[in-house]
Amino acid sequence: MGGARPLHPGLWLGVPALLCVLATIVFAAPIRIYGLQLPEPVFAMVPAFAWALIRPSILAPFALLALGLFLDVFWGGPTGLWGLSLLVAYATALAGRSMMTGQSRPMMWVWFAGVTAVAMAGGFLFSMLDSLAMPSLLAVFWQFLVTTLLFPFAHRLIDRFEDADVRFR
Amino acid sequence: MPFREGPLGDLKVPLTWTAAVALIVAVVIAVAFLLADRRETLQQQAYGVTRQTVDTVSKPVSGVIAAPGRWTGLGVDFVSSYFFTASENRRLKAELKEMRGYRDMYLAEVDKNQSYRSLLGLRTDPPIPMVAARVVADTRGPFANTRLADSGSEKGVVVGNPVMNERGLVGRVVGVANGASRVLLLTDIASRTPVMIDRTNARAILTGDGGPNPKLEYLRGVDPIKEGDRVVTSGDGGVVPRGLPVGAAVKGLDGRWRVVLFADDAAIDYVRILLFKDFAQLADQKALLTRSLPPVTTEDPDVSILGPAATASTPPAQAGATPAVSGAAPTTAGGTPATPAATPPKPAATTPPAAKPATATPAPKPVTSKPATPKPATPKPVTPAAAQPAGGEV
Repeated sequence: MGGARPLHPGLWLGVPALLCVLATIVFAAPIRIYGLQLPEPVFAMVPAFAWALIRPSILAPFALLALGLFLDVFWGGPTGLWGLSLLVAYATALAGRSMMTGQSRPMMWVWFAGVTAVAMAGGFLFSMLDSLAMPSLLAVFWQFLVTTLLFPFAHRLIDRFEDADVRFR
Repeated sequence: MPFREGPLGDLKVPLTWTAAVALIVAVVIAVAFLLADRRETLQQQAYGVTRQTVDTVSKPVSGVIAAPGRWTGLGVDFVSSYFFTASENRRLKAELKEMRGYRDMYLAEVDKNQSYRSLLGLRTDPPIPMVAARVVADTRGPFANTRLADSGSEKGVVVGNPVMNERGLVGRVVGVANGASRVLLLTDIASRTPVMIDRTNARAILTGDGGPNPKLEYLRGVDPIKEGDRVVTSGDGGVVPRGLPVGAAVKGLDGRWRVVLFADDAAIDYVRILLFKDFAQLADQKALLTRSLPPVTTEDPDVSILGPAATASTPPAQAGATPAVSGAAPTTAGGTPATPAATPPKPAATTPPAAKPATATPAPKPVTSKPATPKPATPKPVTPAAAQPAGGEV
């Protein structure tokens, strides 16, 4: 049982969640340079992808739910929209965990883009049902694109904690 | 006895399954939140204490984060104004020259407008008080487009107040806390604003979809809009005052009419919240309800249309007209009013016999119209008896 070193939840769940909250607040600053605004990536997609790959956990879904609820309240969207979308993405990553682990970096990036697309499709569908109106596909695609660029952070998080507990390798 | 030493100590629950159960529970909670959400009602009760608390906390935090960006913007403005003073001076001179012409026209129009107002005794809308606010956070995603402004209930801001910047309408307040208010932008998917095309007065509903250019839906009228038409608020429904500038109409890539918002041209850090109250609410509703209505009368002040049918007072001219009309339908009326029906066909007999099958629809017209002139002579002996059934039928 030498490799069964338990991970401290504060380390692999708490710190990334807190960093996501901070990054979201920073990117909500009303800055416009030459008419262009800051992009609005969904930073919570990084832990939603990485936590599923690091190890199955009881706390991770609830941490994601809390992150999603924060996004809804802070961004002023319908409560539960991002919570549900992130959980759907997490479930997808968890289901495909055995296929994803050990893949090359570019391939993992593709997987990350796929999981992000699932989250965005979920958000699109849920907001359509909630507001009875269709969101702009272009705006959804733009947010998907800038979120996909966050993969290096997810890769760093996976690299940092993947080998922490050999039972889940 | 410790749990590990008990009979269940060796029981190992597979973590994957436990994680799956936790995931399902979390999903159920998220669905419950989503179903319970009443954001689209845009009411103060739907906003909730949690959102108010988050807004109150976010305001100072976001304000601090936004400050460097604001300072940088001011610095860039200062430096660029220093380097581009000469070109800006030339541009401003040209603009001033143009504006002088507009000023003279404006003064003339104001004078004319005042004359018309005094002539018509027109009551115009009262001025709307405003509150200035600084935007500290800005959300631009496809599913939520809101801003957090740093003025709230302490300054009299209430849910529903329209929000503008110096160029045009930005949105409206959907949540108020102490010191902060959440502004739903026109581009948000839940935003619906009644607007009209300034040129044609055609009404439409401006509908946000998370993109930069909201759609114009339910556009009515024949050829109501052209590219570049100015879109303003219509004031319908009393949510926003009439005439606030919104944007210019453009044809979208999807073939739908959309609006390029004027508000996008200006800086987004300062807004004005209009403390607007629907003008219809300003009237004393109680006084309106208790007002006694005058009695309904006909042309004859002695006879009310609500009273018993006045038959005797039918003027002779009308009595003459009734047989003329009913003459076309003697067949439908049956044989009872024989006297009035029998008399009109008599002159018709002088006309060619083609008029005889008067039951055919096109024929009666010339037949009835012709003898209309000799008719005044015939009604005399018939007067009350003939007029009554006709009037009763009508």
